[in-house]
Amino acid sequence: MDYTLLIVQTLNGVQLGLLLFLVASGLTLVFGILDFVNLAHGSIYMVGAFICASLTFVVGNFLLAILIALPLTAAVGYGIERLLARHLYARDHLDHVLGTFGLILVIDTSVHLIWGPEGFAVPLPAWLDGQVEIFTGVVIPTYRLLIIGVGLAVAGGLYWLVNFTRLGMLIRAGASNRVMVSALGIDIQWLFALVFALGAMLAGLAGMLISPITEASISMGGEIIITAFVVIIIGGIGSMKGAFFAALIIGLIDTLGRSFLDDIFKLFMSSDAAETSAPAISSMLIYILMAVILAVRPQGLFPPKVR
Amino acid sequence: MAALLEITSLRKSFGGVTATDDVNLKVEKGELHAIIGPNGAGKTTLISQLSGALRPDSGSIVFQGENITNRPAYSRARLGITRSFQITSLIMSMTVLDNVALAIQARDKHSFRFLKPARDIEYLREEGRELLAQFGLDGRADEPTVALSHGEHRQIEIAVALASKAELMLLDEPMAGLGPTESTTMIEFLKDLKGKRTILLIEHDMDAVFALADRISVLVYGHIIATGTPDEIRSNDDVRHAYLGEE
Amino acid sequence: MLQLTRTDWLTLVVMLALLILPPVFLWTGNEFYLLLATRLVILAIAAVSLNLVLGYGGLVSFGHAAYIGIGAYAVGIPVYHETYGGFEAVAGYGAGIHILLAVVISAIFALFTGAISLRTKGVYFIMITMAFGMMAYYFFLSIDEYGGDDGLVIDIRSEIPPLNLDNPLQLFMIAYVSLVIAMIVVKTIVNSRFGMVLQGAKGNNERMVTMGYNTYFYKLTAYVISGAMCGYAGALLGNFTTFVSPDMMGWSRSGELMFMVILGGATTAIGPVMGAAGFILLEEFLSSYTIFWHLPFGLILIAVVLFARGGLVGLIKGKGK
Repeated sequence: MDYTLLIVQTLNGVQLGLLLFLVASGLTLVFGILDFVNLAHGSIYMVGAFICASLTFVVGNFLLAILIALPLTAAVGYGIERLLARHLYARDHLDHVLGTFGLILVIDTSVHLIWGPEGFAVPLPAWLDGQVEIFTGVVIPTYRLLIIGVGLAVAGGLYWLVNFTRLGMLIRAGASNRVMVSALGIDIQWLFALVFALGAMLAGLAGMLISPITEASISMGGEIIITAFVVIIIGGIGSMKGAFFAALIIGLIDTLGRSFLDDIFKLFMSSDAAETSAPAISSMLIYILMAVILAVRPQGLFPPKVR
Repeated sequence: MAALLEITSLRKSFGGVTATDDVNLKVEKGELHAIIGPNGAGKTTLISQLSGALRPDSGSIVFQGENITNRPAYSRARLGITRSFQITSLIMSMTVLDNVALAIQARDKHSFRFLKPARDIEYLREEGRELLAQFGLDGRADEPTVALSHGEHRQIEIAVALASKAELMLLDEPMAGLGPTESTTMIEFLKDLKGKRTILLIEHDMDAVFALADRISVLVYGHIIATGTPDEIRSNDDVRHAYLGEE
Repeated sequence: MLQLTRTDWLTLVVMLALLILPPVFLWTGNEFYLLLATRLVILAIAAVSLNLVLGYGGLVSFGHAAYIGIGAYAVGIPVYHETYGGFEAVAGYGAGIHILLAVVISAIFALFTGAISLRTKGVYFIMITMAFGMMAYYFFLSIDEYGGDDGLVIDIRSEIPPLNLDNPLQLFMIAYVSLVIAMIVVKTIVNSRFGMVLQGAKGNNERMVTMGYNTYFYKLTAYVISGAMCGYAGALLGNFTTFVSPDMMGWSRSGELMFMVILGGATTAIGPVMGAAGFILLEEFLSSYTIFWHLPFGLILIAVVLFARGGLVGLIKGKGK
């Protein structure tokens, strides 16, 4: 086996995993605290990418564009919370799913109206556009390293936020006991809106980070949301720690499966059979993994404490 | 003769809290055995372990000579254990009669019957109406359960438990939230039932317990501190000290 | 004396309209509307089958489009191999083999995914069924021989002599009769002893378990029946569109099916049919005005969720019974 390729693909897997974590963390945060299923979370990810793409052209700098786009995506999240989500909290999960399903149509078509049907390529600054040699013979794009760095920093930041701040304390208390938080005199509506906006911002950030690699496109939201769901199901819905580890597992398995599964299959089946079955199996690999994990642990790897 | 239900060294804890602490208990066939104890003593947790809703951490539950400790709840119901819930647990969206009829239907080996409308099956409806008539509820049989009062819900709970014809009935505070008249009716009903079924009764109403029970066990902090006849319990120093609050 | 309720009347009127209008469209030279009605009726079968688990069982399956895809591929793949050779075990033009494959493979897929999904509940169940649906989607997407992303053209419709599915009116009538049968099947199941257990488990699972029902197996059985029926609808849809692609089984298709059930009114026989009708007519109406029809469509869906609980049947039935 080619070890250079293995290292490069492992890093790619980690990068994908961290991006998934950014999306999944918002999803799991909103579910854990608000008990709200947001199908449109992927659309916010997509909107983040488009806002950032436009701003990059306006201000001429990708990183500056991200800084401006972040509060804007948070505002989009806040708007969704005020206009739709808030009115559905008291309903069952089916209504959440259907309501946000309608919202996806609205958001996706609006983006189509504003930005047109084509995708947007987002140019990187020159210093990020190159490659670095991290070991002898192992060369990866600088930008992917940046994504890994940002992903880890955000994960660390969320860990700090949830475990060591007043907001984090409210979040943890809100997840396990809503009545108590209200009794403490905390404005729970304000807390909910803040959490929703934070989740939107995280999804938006993921969309912004991926856009220079894949370009911003309308279909990107629908593609990521399913994988993000798989991540939080495997991790345990509502668990931040679960989202982190499950995202890395999924990122690695998906990336490595697509690159190496045919080689592995060739070890015990004919080359032809391996080449036919490997693509089918590798595209289903994360779902098979999910099925196996759930068959053993229906509540996921890190189920949050019973509320 | 072996007891109908024999609980040995049962333990269950949640996190750091021990809800059931080395409980040993025998319930004889045909007796009405009451369990009393202060709030939070672990009475409902005990019932839930007997019905199968919760699994004990250790210990064993033997029913009619068979170890049922690890049997799932539905299977225990088949063996002849039924329960009522402290917080009314009925199928609110269905009619009163449907609730009872489902409990009767559960006695059949299985319900994988797809063709004949269930509401046309005579014995389910007849027997259901008769059961409801015992509580004077036959007139309301076809109303949605949700439309009935709390007191009536408590009665339907008992009717559903009765419908199973289970040998052992676990009744979790059947009098909870009932007014004085309703309580009296319920006590009369249980008196009537006594001897026909084996009943394990959890109840806060001490007058009811001492009027009804053949034997009483006192549960404090997950541990049984005494078991005996009502008279023995009344005169037991430990019980007076720990529970009845007398010095 | 047969006493008809308001819902019964509604059912009769809607089903009669569905039976009479499409041939009239054809004879007055509006074949387009006959085709629209055929698609409507086929999707109504899928919605009726979803209603068995979603409405009566309270099992929010977000992956039912997978069965439509499986059913359509169960037509496309045998026809493909009969035409171009290979995989002789399934190759064939006969409707018998197509329907058998559609129903049996859908049932097996439902059994396998349902067995795992039903160990969970609530939002886990929603997401897992969705993920399993996408698993089927990616499975067909990755098979190049059957066109992958581009899908597979079904060159020849299922052969079912003496009928001819190339005749649009005959195809419509088969779909219509299938819908009526599907509605009767679901109604019969729901009212049976099995159906009472299923509905009881929706209302209060713990109580049903305490009564002695192993509700898991009842739910799983319902899930398999529903999947098999939905697979049958897929075989019809494949014959109607003469084309099958993974896009038919994507999660937004599953969402649309759920919406049909809720829009019409779950836990009624006619609800899913009216939901499918409302959904497809609205889609047709809006898309004739603008290519951006998803925008008003999405807003209407949101409004339905927020304000019209009980769906169309609920609106028409009103407060009275």
